[in-house]
Amino acid sequence: MSTSQSTTTEHHPALVHQFDDMAQQREASTFGMWVFLLTEIMMFGAMFAAYLIYRIMYYPAFVAGSTSISVAWGFTNTLVLLGSSFTMAMAVWSAQKGIRKQQMVWLVLTMILGSVFLGVKAKEYYDKYDECHIPGHFIGKGFNAWGGCEVNNPKLGNIAEEIQARARNAQAKGYKDVVVPSDVAAEQTARQAEIFFSFYFALTGLHAFHMCIGLGLLTWLLIRAAHGQFGPQYYTPMELGGLYWHFVDIVWIFLFPLLYLISRHSGAH
Amino acid sequence: MSEEHAHPTVGLYLVIIVTLMALTCATWAIAFVDLGIWNPVVALTIAVIKAVLVILFFMHVRYSSKLTKVTVAAGFFWLLILITLSLLDYISRSWALA
Repeated sequence: MSTSQSTTTEHHPALVHQFDDMAQQREASTFGMWVFLLTEIMMFGAMFAAYLIYRIMYYPAFVAGSTSISVAWGFTNTLVLLGSSFTMAMAVWSAQKGIRKQQMVWLVLTMILGSVFLGVKAKEYYDKYDECHIPGHFIGKGFNAWGGCEVNNPKLGNIAEEIQARARNAQAKGYKDVVVPSDVAAEQTARQAEIFFSFYFALTGLHAFHMCIGLGLLTWLLIRAAHGQFGPQYYTPMELGGLYWHFVDIVWIFLFPLLYLISRHSGAH
Repeated sequence: MSEEHAHPTVGLYLVIIVTLMALTCATWAIAFVDLGIWNPVVALTIAVIKAVLVILFFMHVRYSSKLTKVTVAAGFFWLLILITLSLLDYISRSWALA
């Protein structure tokens, strides 16, 4: 598709010399961005696979751990993040149209929603600290199978009791072969929930880290948008920033059911 | 290289985001209903639908070149191999003992 060799041809200042035209340049950039996102899929994918394998191996502990995190906050955060994906899509749309003011408004809205997400995440982390659910013994009072560190509510987040209650519940439902674990056995199982919380913090932590990088990218895009650098001919940085932001959203779309939802209702086992 | 650029409209974006929000509410509500082994299946199916909507429309893959489409599909296909084959191994190990 090479055109004339004329040196006088006017071209967009953002077009670099190895490309024929803006469309080809944009195509190459999009492809490159997707290749980068595939490496991200590999990184998150390996962690998801490890999480699922350990969930099979330590099922009762994972169910108890999963039940202890707040589904209401997880749900709220999912809506917030989906909302931010919409505002990001609108930012890219206004960049394609070259409407400077709108790009800035949508970018700022995306950043606000992203910050709300991180704020809720911080609150959830603090709750886990309060309930003595941080794995190991390095942070706070360490992991406690029998409930929270908070003086006012020592029963908060009692994993061992949760495991016993579930077994009793299953018996009542008619699962005759279920044995209610003794205190020693329940505590032993509850300690396996440390593995769940390790995955919880690793997965949501890596995700939150990506959000922070995303907020940095959005700041950079906001400055460029404010200078009116994007229009119908050239909006690649905005498009690629959007791809990154949506990817982080997709990771959360899977984290939400896997961490918060799928063990909410499992009476037996 | 095809001259693409039938980009989505604002109306379409609104339809997508409303659908995504509705699916989130649905998956949240269904999580409290005891469906036995079907709980994770339903939750993950809804998650896959949501992800596909984001990829096709918000990420413009539906409007992208064949090269981009194949690249994206290859990535998720690889993920499928990683998860299914690993889980098949770990799930079936206990069968030998039974």
